[in-house]
Amino acid sequence: MQVIPQVLQVENLQIQVGETPLLKGISFEVRKGEIFALVGESGSGKSLTSLAIMRLLPEALRISGGRINLHEQSLLTLTEQQMQAVRGKQVAMIFQEPMTSLNPVMKVGDQVAEVLRVHLRLSSKAARAKVVALFEEVGIPDAANRYDWYPHQLSGGQKQRVMIAMALACEPELLIADEPTTALDVTIQAQVLQLLKQIREQRGLSILFITHDMGVVHEMADRVAVMRQGEIVEQADKAHFFSHPQHPYTQKLLADAVPERRYRQIEETAALLEVNDLKVHFPIKKGLFQRTVGYVKAVDGVTLEIPRGQTLALVGESGSGKSTIGQAILKLVNATGGKVSYRADGVEVDLTRLNEKQMRPLRRKVQVIFQDPFSALNPRMTIGEIIREGMTSLKVGPKDRAGQDGRIEELLMQVGLLPEHKYRYPHEFSGGQRQRIGIARALAVEPELIICDEPTSALDVSVRAQVLALLESLQQQYQMSYLFITHDLSIIPAIAHRVAVMQKGRIVEQGAVEAIMRRPQHPYTQQLLASAPQLVRDALAG
Amino acid sequence: MSLTLLWTDGLIWGLIAALAAWGRIVSRSVQVRRQWMQVFESKVAMVSAIVLLFYVLLALLDSIHFTQQEAGQGLQSVLDALLAHLATVQERTYSAPFALTEYNRTLQTLEDGTVAMLYQPLQHINPAASMLWESGKALLAGLLIFTLATAVHLLWRSRVNDVSFVAQARAVWQGRTQLPWKTAYLTVLLLLLAMSWLYQLSFSYHVLGTDKVGGDVLYESLKSIRTGVLIGVLTTLVMLPVALLLGIAAGLFKGWVDDVIQYLYTTLNSIPGVLLIAAAVLVMQVMIGNHPEWFSSTEERADMRLLFLVLILGMTSWTGLCRLLRAETLKISQIEFVTAARAFGVSRFTIIGRHILPNVMHIVLIAVVLDFSGLVLAEAVLSYVGVGVDPTMHSWGNMINQARLEMAREPMVWWSLFAAFIFMFCLVLAANLFSDRVQRVLDPRSQTS
Repeated sequence: MQVIPQVLQVENLQIQVGETPLLKGISFEVRKGEIFALVGESGSGKSLTSLAIMRLLPEALRISGGRINLHEQSLLTLTEQQMQAVRGKQVAMIFQEPMTSLNPVMKVGDQVAEVLRVHLRLSSKAARAKVVALFEEVGIPDAANRYDWYPHQLSGGQKQRVMIAMALACEPELLIADEPTTALDVTIQAQVLQLLKQIREQRGLSILFITHDMGVVHEMADRVAVMRQGEIVEQADKAHFFSHPQHPYTQKLLADAVPERRYRQIEETAALLEVNDLKVHFPIKKGLFQRTVGYVKAVDGVTLEIPRGQTLALVGESGSGKSTIGQAILKLVNATGGKVSYRADGVEVDLTRLNEKQMRPLRRKVQVIFQDPFSALNPRMTIGEIIREGMTSLKVGPKDRAGQDGRIEELLMQVGLLPEHKYRYPHEFSGGQRQRIGIARALAVEPELIICDEPTSALDVSVRAQVLALLESLQQQYQMSYLFITHDLSIIPAIAHRVAVMQKGRIVEQGAVEAIMRRPQHPYTQQLLASAPQLVRDALAG
Repeated sequence: MSLTLLWTDGLIWGLIAALAAWGRIVSRSVQVRRQWMQVFESKVAMVSAIVLLFYVLLALLDSIHFTQQEAGQGLQSVLDALLAHLATVQERTYSAPFALTEYNRTLQTLEDGTVAMLYQPLQHINPAASMLWESGKALLAGLLIFTLATAVHLLWRSRVNDVSFVAQARAVWQGRTQLPWKTAYLTVLLLLLAMSWLYQLSFSYHVLGTDKVGGDVLYESLKSIRTGVLIGVLTTLVMLPVALLLGIAAGLFKGWVDDVIQYLYTTLNSIPGVLLIAAAVLVMQVMIGNHPEWFSSTEERADMRLLFLVLILGMTSWTGLCRLLRAETLKISQIEFVTAARAFGVSRFTIIGRHILPNVMHIVLIAVVLDFSGLVLAEAVLSYVGVGVDPTMHSWGNMINQARLEMAREPMVWWSLFAAFIFMFCLVLAANLFSDRVQRVLDPRSQTS
């Protein structure tokens, strides 16, 4: 077997903050022309590793041992000035959030050209030509004109392409990609991943790919290392890794990442909620007198129904209007047209025609769980107060405080927390625990329908699996219906009975999960499914 | 002798009562009590709080006024009565701290008929008194008061904690109590010693010298505390409701409400503050001048002027806080916990009270404390321009204003400025340090656990 030269070698790297170890001696190497994936859940230390390689660690952290070698040169012994020459020129980095990585008041072309001028001392004319060539290489259409655009004029995917162009500008040997596609939609993610692979082929670039997503790893990596709590627990070739995971933690991660293929039998039950030709248009106001100059059609003629005790998954990319439907049902935004009929106690009510006072009795029937567990709970209120709020406002459950306390404890236990947690504040809990609190808060008013607005997209895979299992068991216990809004195809079989696919404010296709996943009819659905990582796609279709 | 309530007296006592009531209500909540305990766990906060309390106490003592009919002296406060030996006496002109003679030589005809330039001895001092003996007496008295106060406090704590008196004392001494009582006792001891020493010596000397017209500077400084605290506290009281109401309304209701409020504060902000205050104060001066029958004494007139100054300062200083609150409310009202509350059908006003107000309180707190020091300083600036408090009223601003000329003379008269500076400095520093701690504890975002 031919020996492939190493580009980067990390040996027994240790990082501490104070006396607490964050990295407990990790070793790996990245070979020439290879994509090496570092996988782990949040807090496992994978981003720290990448920052340590770039020597960009925050002040408080200290490298307490180990070596980082680029080729044969130790990066840890370089002076800051020598390191400056390494950054960008030999090692480049792309970040998770393309929105904040670009300077908003500088033309994107100039931002890339600046790198060229500093590192390669190109004249501005030569730099411009080089930038346009780079833009073409990373697939930015009409590159010569886009040079003069500002970041806000570009889409997320294009911004990430600009970031990649910037990283490639000085022809580095090693590219560190820190979750480069996490903030992007699946279709864009597929394109960016494809681009990275293509650049690797063309340039013989080595890529250290940091991610939490097993599907992406499966798509990209040649070799994989799994990190957990500052340690590498398993390191293997991709094929071996996916066929024979050794460590129990890896096995669990893989099991949680691969969608469960459990298509449900759909029983015909009466519809709890029917949405008919719903339209939500937001006026665009301009000028001194705030004249309305046009409308954003966030939701444009949507028809769907949610049967009692079942889950409808609403899938779509960001900006497709899926969250707006949820808000319109809750009457948090006003519908422009159409009907939202809710069958409450055998009587059908059109929610769009109710005023706030008439809506109140229905508020306890329809509740909501949010995406971001950090902003969904008031930081100034205890868990007990947060859960109590709905009970007192909608007059559900016991009226006296002691009775309510009992109910709160019962709810906390039901979602897998402890009764004494009610005295604590939200900041004392992890993301998954907060999401459970959010669920307990919604449950407190005994709703019939819960609108779950991306409740798992901010969570790690293993926590996501737990939250989904909790939602499922609650559904079986109380016969609740869910409207499950998500962009993640892989969780749909695990949670939903039926699925509706949304694009640009309209529903392009809906039906039973199995039918849509196996035989998608609409081109957009087909595209969405095709964009999903192989791992997910196989599991869905298989 | 009869109790007389000035306008500002009423307001400050009302505020104290309201604060006490609020404290009682709030202290029922376990969490809030725990938070405030956390505030006082810091030694710096404990020291600052005691210093602040001391200032407030003096201001309150100076806010109980009564009229003495038989003496015909007009309005007096409890503090005046305590410092009667300083309030009533008057030297001829400047004298340095602890001086036995005046600061400047004056022409004098001697017994033999010759005329000479001499330092004239001060009239209201007691040069026979031994400084050492007086100091010893003062320190002993301070120690005695401290021992008594500490004993009472220790007894109370030991009752609450249900331990013996000695055990409680040992716990304090070894620093094993939850709150830093040892530091607190030490601060109180130092304050008491300093105060009793100043008080005792003020019978025999002018401890901080005398001013141009021979008034005692220590007395002036102590009397100025009320003016400073009142301007700081009452202005906030005027400003806060306006800023809170308008700021939150603008941020939450948006639309035309927001437009109107923004228009209002932009307009107000674009008029120079000093100009507006000067105009208002001049109008008021004319009004007061035209209606001498409204006031029965000069104190009452000065008080009305102070109240008016507080009002006009409040009216011009709410815009900054209002703008901050509007921005923060806009941000918070988009956060999902507010959406969740709306999904529960919680009314707008409950949302304001329960979700928005507590989450902007840290901004309010910072603004209030920064404004407090700013307002104490603003009073000085306004007095300098001549539109501040009444010239007859004791205030640090007036003292500093006077010092402008005193610093320019040769030899320099430094003690007025020095006294005003020290008294102001301690107050503002204590307020800043205390608020720093409160903010750190009350803002959950700054905590990690």
